[in-house]
Amino acid sequence: MSATTLDAAPSLFTRHSLHLTLNGQARELEVLPWTTLLDLLREQLDLIGTKKGCDHGQCGACTVLLNGKRVNACLTLAVMCQGAELTTVEGLAEGDELHPMQQAFIKHDAFQCGYCTPGQICSAVGLANEGRAQTSGQIQELMSGNLCRCGAYSNIRDAIEEALPACRQRNGQGGGQ
Amino acid sequence: MNPFQYSKPDSVQSAIHLVGPASRFIAGGTNLLDLMKENLTRPEHLIDITGLPLREVTATAKGGLMIGALVSNADLAWHPLIEQRYPLLSQAILAGASPQLRNMASTGGNLLQRTRCYYFYDANVPCNKREPGSGCPARNGLNRIHAILGASEQCVATHPSDMCVALAALEAVVHVHGRDGARTIEFADFHRLPGDSAERDNHLAHDELITAIELPAIGFAEHSHYLKIRDRASYAFALVSVAAALEMTGPVIREARLVLGGVAHKPWRDKTVEGWLVGKVASREAFSTAADALLKDAQPLEHNAFKVKLAHRAIVRALSDAALGGQA
Repeated sequence: MSATTLDAAPSLFTRHSLHLTLNGQARELEVLPWTTLLDLLREQLDLIGTKKGCDHGQCGACTVLLNGKRVNACLTLAVMCQGAELTTVEGLAEGDELHPMQQAFIKHDAFQCGYCTPGQICSAVGLANEGRAQTSGQIQELMSGNLCRCGAYSNIRDAIEEALPACRQRNGQGGGQ
Repeated sequence: MNPFQYSKPDSVQSAIHLVGPASRFIAGGTNLLDLMKENLTRPEHLIDITGLPLREVTATAKGGLMIGALVSNADLAWHPLIEQRYPLLSQAILAGASPQLRNMASTGGNLLQRTRCYYFYDANVPCNKREPGSGCPARNGLNRIHAILGASEQCVATHPSDMCVALAALEAVVHVHGRDGARTIEFADFHRLPGDSAERDNHLAHDELITAIELPAIGFAEHSHYLKIRDRASYAFALVSVAAALEMTGPVIREARLVLGGVAHKPWRDKTVEGWLVGKVASREAFSTAADALLKDAQPLEHNAFKVKLAHRAIVRALSDAALGGQA
């Protein structure tokens, strides 16, 4: 049971302590219950790689990896991420070495304006973690949660297709992401 | 989003005891938080049930499976036993939402998602489902996506779930816990038609929590198919969907399940039609006759008459694919 229950009758504006591992670092935070994970990242932590597009789970621009799984940060309450391991686009590279998915996006010119790109890349890494997409058609279907208003879809699909083996190898080596 | 209190109980009993008049349970949050952002619902207290031990998929003594209410849509669709024994359910789940949403959304929450009627989602217009007695602009408005079966003067909304169409076909059983203890609800009796109380989507009481969905032993793995027709190839709600499941001996149908999605306030099933199919040889003619019977009482609105023909063709195709082995 959390410290805050009806019996305890707290003030509505009681902040809840939140412990999570963010891009490999343990963080102790305080959040209001109605703060979304997206707003926590952008407004409190200044991690603005994760984008707010529709704010309703329809566009995928806010996609992050929660315990290795891709989720929409806009429809996730930060307070519900207690103890989670969270990876945002800022946490994919290892030092100066880009994640294979990031490299593939650059190689294939898989963006134009770039606004959807952090969500596309996090979603693609989540897709690789799932291990369900083998064909180009399956990649296309399993990337349907990420919209690109510029229409860079075919390059995005090609980038993901190329990066999948490297991602699999990375996962096999215990990289986790 | 409005301010609210937040609690995270660690047992079903304590979760139920936290229920108050303006509280809501939250699991995946994919629909509830969206509704809260639109100011369509303003709970004063969210009870986070993600700490409850409801994440297992286990075998039942009757040869079926018990699915914990917190199993995510993605985990359920890709569970080996679901893929092998209940492919209809896997197909239906994977036809819905996006990969991100399926990772978040829970099995129990899928049953409780609200309609995506445009008027329900617009707090600036009347809606009997949102504000009982205020009226229904959809009945004479833009009603292309709305119901053709079982609607009422008060409400022409459809139930948005794909998973539920398959669960209805599989005759799943909903396990719930409330202040008065536990009970089970047959899937066909879980959701309701709008009648004169459109605000009620289902028969779950406010203090009741879905704890599990039980699947019977028979999964129609040999002959089932989920067909979803929508405006784009992926990530859209169904205009019409069909869950078709058959048991066959050679070409002869021994048992049939046929449920429509996207056409009514609940998954639409007619046991008389299913019974009629039993003993028939699988054929386009037989499936067409079944489709005629299932749709004979359809009452299309100004903009959705196309759904009647679409549903007819979808039924014939889904049953044909199911008869052939479901992978077509």
